[in-house]
Amino acid sequence: MEDVKLLGAWPSSFSYRVIWVLKLKGVKYEYVEENLFNKSDLLLRYNPIYKKIPVLVHGGKPIAESIVILEYVEETWPQNPLLPKDPYERAVARFWTKFEEHTSPTFFSFFQSVGEEQERAVKEAKELLRIIEEQGLGEKKFFGGEEIGLADIAFGWIAGWLRTMEEAVGVKLMEDDRFPRLQAWIENFKAVPVIKENLPDHNEMLAYFKQRREMFIGSATS
Amino acid sequence: MAGVKLLGFWASSFAYRVIWTLKLKGINYEYIEEDLRNKSHLLLHHNPVHKKVPVLIHGDKAVAESLVILEYIEETWPENPLLPTDAYERAMARFWINFGESKVECHFFQFFKSAAGEEQEKAIKETVEILKIIEEQSLGDKKFSEEAIGLVDIALGWLAYWFEGQEEAVGTKLLNSTTFPRLHAWIQNFKQVPAIKENLPDRQKLRAHSKRFRRV
Repeated sequence: MEDVKLLGAWPSSFSYRVIWVLKLKGVKYEYVEENLFNKSDLLLRYNPIYKKIPVLVHGGKPIAESIVILEYVEETWPQNPLLPKDPYERAVARFWTKFEEHTSPTFFSFFQSVGEEQERAVKEAKELLRIIEEQGLGEKKFFGGEEIGLADIAFGWIAGWLRTMEEAVGVKLMEDDRFPRLQAWIENFKAVPVIKENLPDHNEMLAYFKQRREMFIGSATS
Repeated sequence: MAGVKLLGFWASSFAYRVIWTLKLKGINYEYIEEDLRNKSHLLLHHNPVHKKVPVLIHGDKAVAESLVILEYIEETWPENPLLPTDAYERAMARFWINFGESKVECHFFQFFKSAAGEEQEKAIKETVEILKIIEEQSLGDKKFSEEAIGLVDIALGWLAYWFEGQEEAVGTKLLNSTTFPRLHAWIQNFKQVPAIKENLPDRQKLRAHSKRFRRV
């Protein structure tokens, strides 16, 4: 079997998505930690267009963009599938995965902006969380049904990163009891062994996020 | 076989992606034109999250998001495949489809809506950079120019027909046979494919629509 390398960076949730899926499928890989402030020649060569992590390299062939990587891993190592067999169920999973992609700018703005812009982002973020809770998750245990699937992996950052972001910013998006289903999903998701054993340390991440938030505030107000 | 319906809008390049895909696979469907200023109950019911076209209704199931619809069609009707069979090649195709969606649609939209002056200059510069990437890295590979038409071509199809109208509305021509020879050649090839050629909105109507849209 050809070797698998993953170029990632702590504490990127995009990076963790690929780690989770590789581990869920029992795929052996070599992890390469990238310093995003001093990108390696390897990263620049393997992802010249975006110059971002994660990048999966399989037998020397690179693939960039986390969701593209996940679809590739799903097809190449079909054990413990992330997607159901039925095309319609797959479309639903992909719809929510794509929905998650579209939420990025709002949550980035929440973390990076100040003042009015941030207020807007907070309002939008709460609306998005409401849609995710009610229409995405609904009555299900996971987005994937009884087992975690592609959409759960895509929304994984809500389980492991959102609370830390809220703390660093000092604004709560998921106020207590306002999102009971999403709260339950977070607990269930984090209880999955592969996820549980592969989450960034909360305190370490908080320190990192606080530092980043200071930087963003600094550049927004200078 | 359960009936297929497509909710679309005559000027939407997203809707046309689905039309082209259905036609290339020879799938019979009923087309329903939506009035986007007065959305139908059917649309609101079947795409409650985004309330947008296109929406594919297959039997009693609705699929929204054009790229999700394309993957659904590809999997449900595997004849005349539009994605490569090799997993790595499929990943490359998805990468370029994703590139089209994230970079192109967002930046090109900026280009289209930009006010004259600094804002527009910045938008033009970004648009040109993106066109260069497609020209040199996507087409450069001949990944989707020499082989049969596929989902990448379909996903980027708006570049072949809608972009012209946007350039005209903005008042600047960026894409021609000198500036982007491969892209230009691809556009000519793409528009010759019968399923595409026979399924494009009226050029004049589209131009007028683009101009109106820009003024809003």
